[in-house]
Amino acid sequence: MLKIKDLTATVGDKEILRGITLTVNAGEVHAIMGPNGSGKSTLAQVLAGHPGYAVTGGTVEYEGKDLLDMEPEERAHAGLFLAFQYPVEIPGVSNAYFLRTAYNEIRKARGAEEVDPMDFLDIMTEKLKMVEMDESMLQRSVNAGFSGGEKKRNEILQMAVLEPRLAILDETDSGLDIDALRVVADGVNKLRREDNATIVVTHYQRLLNYIVPDFVHVLAGGRIVKSGGKELAHELEAKGYDWLVEPAGVSA
Amino acid sequence: MSVEAREAREAREAREARVAVYRRQWSEPIDGPAWLRVLRAESMARFEAHGFPTQKNEDWHFTNPAPILEGAFGAMKPALGTLTAVDIAAFKLSESDWPTLVFVNGRYAPHLSRVDTLPSGVRVMNLASALHEEPTLLEHYLGRIASFEGQAFAFSSLNTALMKDGAFLHVARDTNVETPIQLVYVSDAGAEGGVSYPRNLFVVERNALVSVVEQYVTTDDARYFTDSVTEAVIGDGATLRHYRVQREGRRAFHVGHVETTQGRDSHYVSFSFAAGGLLSRTNVYTRLAGEGCGATLNGLYMIDGDQLCDHQTRIEHVAPNCYSREMYKGVLDGSSHGVFNGKVYVHPEAQKTDGKQTNNTLLLSDRARIDTKPQLEIFADDVKCTHGATVGQIDDRMAFYMKSRGVGAETARQLLTYAFAADVLETIELDELRESLEKGALERFTS
Repeated sequence: MLKIKDLTATVGDKEILRGITLTVNAGEVHAIMGPNGSGKSTLAQVLAGHPGYAVTGGTVEYEGKDLLDMEPEERAHAGLFLAFQYPVEIPGVSNAYFLRTAYNEIRKARGAEEVDPMDFLDIMTEKLKMVEMDESMLQRSVNAGFSGGEKKRNEILQMAVLEPRLAILDETDSGLDIDALRVVADGVNKLRREDNATIVVTHYQRLLNYIVPDFVHVLAGGRIVKSGGKELAHELEAKGYDWLVEPAGVSA
Repeated sequence: MSVEAREAREAREAREARVAVYRRQWSEPIDGPAWLRVLRAESMARFEAHGFPTQKNEDWHFTNPAPILEGAFGAMKPALGTLTAVDIAAFKLSESDWPTLVFVNGRYAPHLSRVDTLPSGVRVMNLASALHEEPTLLEHYLGRIASFEGQAFAFSSLNTALMKDGAFLHVARDTNVETPIQLVYVSDAGAEGGVSYPRNLFVVERNALVSVVEQYVTTDDARYFTDSVTEAVIGDGATLRHYRVQREGRRAFHVGHVETTQGRDSHYVSFSFAAGGLLSRTNVYTRLAGEGCGATLNGLYMIDGDQLCDHQTRIEHVAPNCYSREMYKGVLDGSSHGVFNGKVYVHPEAQKTDGKQTNNTLLLSDRARIDTKPQLEIFADDVKCTHGATVGQIDDRMAFYMKSRGVGAETARQLLTYAFAADVLETIELDELRESLEKGALERFTS
């Protein structure tokens, strides 16, 4: 589904990704862990097409297409979804209107009929239950004045509605209390299917108790320094990251 | 004669010529009560003494009123055609029986108005009738609330000298008026080259509550000038929600002055929407004269082409323990020019004042321009006041967020422009008006 090869990226003149190679197949859950500043979030943003990062080398193939050649909205049309670490507030646009617009734009891009507001409400009602959100959230402006937990739930709600083939969760666990974490994780687990894949970017092993990964990769200094199974996450929890991170200067 | 002396003489002559245009509309008042004759004569004298402002005047620094004066507008002629209820329907916010006063080219149009459904405790009538029916109230308040001193308020003086009609509203104490009152000022093709002087007075007695929608609209593309003044008295514990909608024609000029004075524990909620006019200027002034008052002054301007839209607000905290909230937003396209000047003035006695003011403008074009000047003048030492202004383009983070959800770049831009405007429209409590303005903004900014 996703083949990343030797990917390098910079922000300004600073190289953040220094050669990432990673393959994700349908049905798999990959966890990307690593210390702060290792490039985890950058990788997530680059995959979503954030204009603030410049890709300087390598390739990303998504479902046989060159992902890096696609606009952010085209990536979404093709089934890619990024749950933001810091969801953006959009005062003045209701959640319902925003989601319906996104849903219909994706359908339009795929040659499907647009869904009218009434039918869309039925879809929403079902998905709201999944993330334990109240229907009143639909009329509120996107993320505006939401608590940290509400924002993260809202990301998962969007994910549930848009049904991506490849979902990237960027530190979705940060700032969540245990109840919210459980709700978010349950949502993600319910959306897991044989034909889709998930990349979970996280600093802590905590989330991986709920979303059990097939593979764990450790990112440090802009590279994947170690890959393994879910047991690697437990090892990291016990030992920290220091034993994997090379001292500065040596790796260059 | 020296060059300087000749230039000074020419300038004086030009100034006098401009004043003379309006002087010709004036005649020594012979009818009406004595106090009114005095008020008019004094206003005319004041106007003649000061003349029109220039950009040297601080309050007119960013807006040059010369295009209005060059228009040399004469007294506005009556409607060219006969406007019917069907013509007016588009401007009414509700098909239901809201009390409505309609004025066409400055003249009261009883056949288009509706005042037969007034709840008890409410009096709504045109000002000319009120002169006979409510002489005491008028004598007490008319011309006593609005600011007139100096060149800055020349247009208010002119209105006071030359006013013919407008709306009078009186709400008796303890009356909660659930139905909003609509005032519609329409100009038709007959307005071409003319000026009208709408004059409104609202008296909201103790513990009463009322909503008023004051609209300025047109059925034609005429070049005309509206010079309006609205005065309001808000009694102790009373609430006035005052919505002003300026949708004049694109060749029209509009100068509107609103001023209120607030009693103890009263609330003034103002919304100024401005999208019309080639050059428009709206002043919203309120004076928090009693303790425990609140004032909310919000507004939205949406202009393009070569429109100029100016808002001046003054919130005067006279008494302690009052709050004020102000949010003005603008969406500027084309070569349009927006002006916002917001003054918050806190008197030494007005301790514990809590004031917040913001002005945010979205520029959709490189040629659009905004002059924004939030001003705080604080003479009390125990207050909490903040102000700020932003000028920007579409927020990149918001745009990326939308795109990442599959929304195309152009749709995202349109939706974010709408959202920027809708954010302040959301504060309008009157559903019919909010929905109407939201719909208008959505149509304007999305394809």
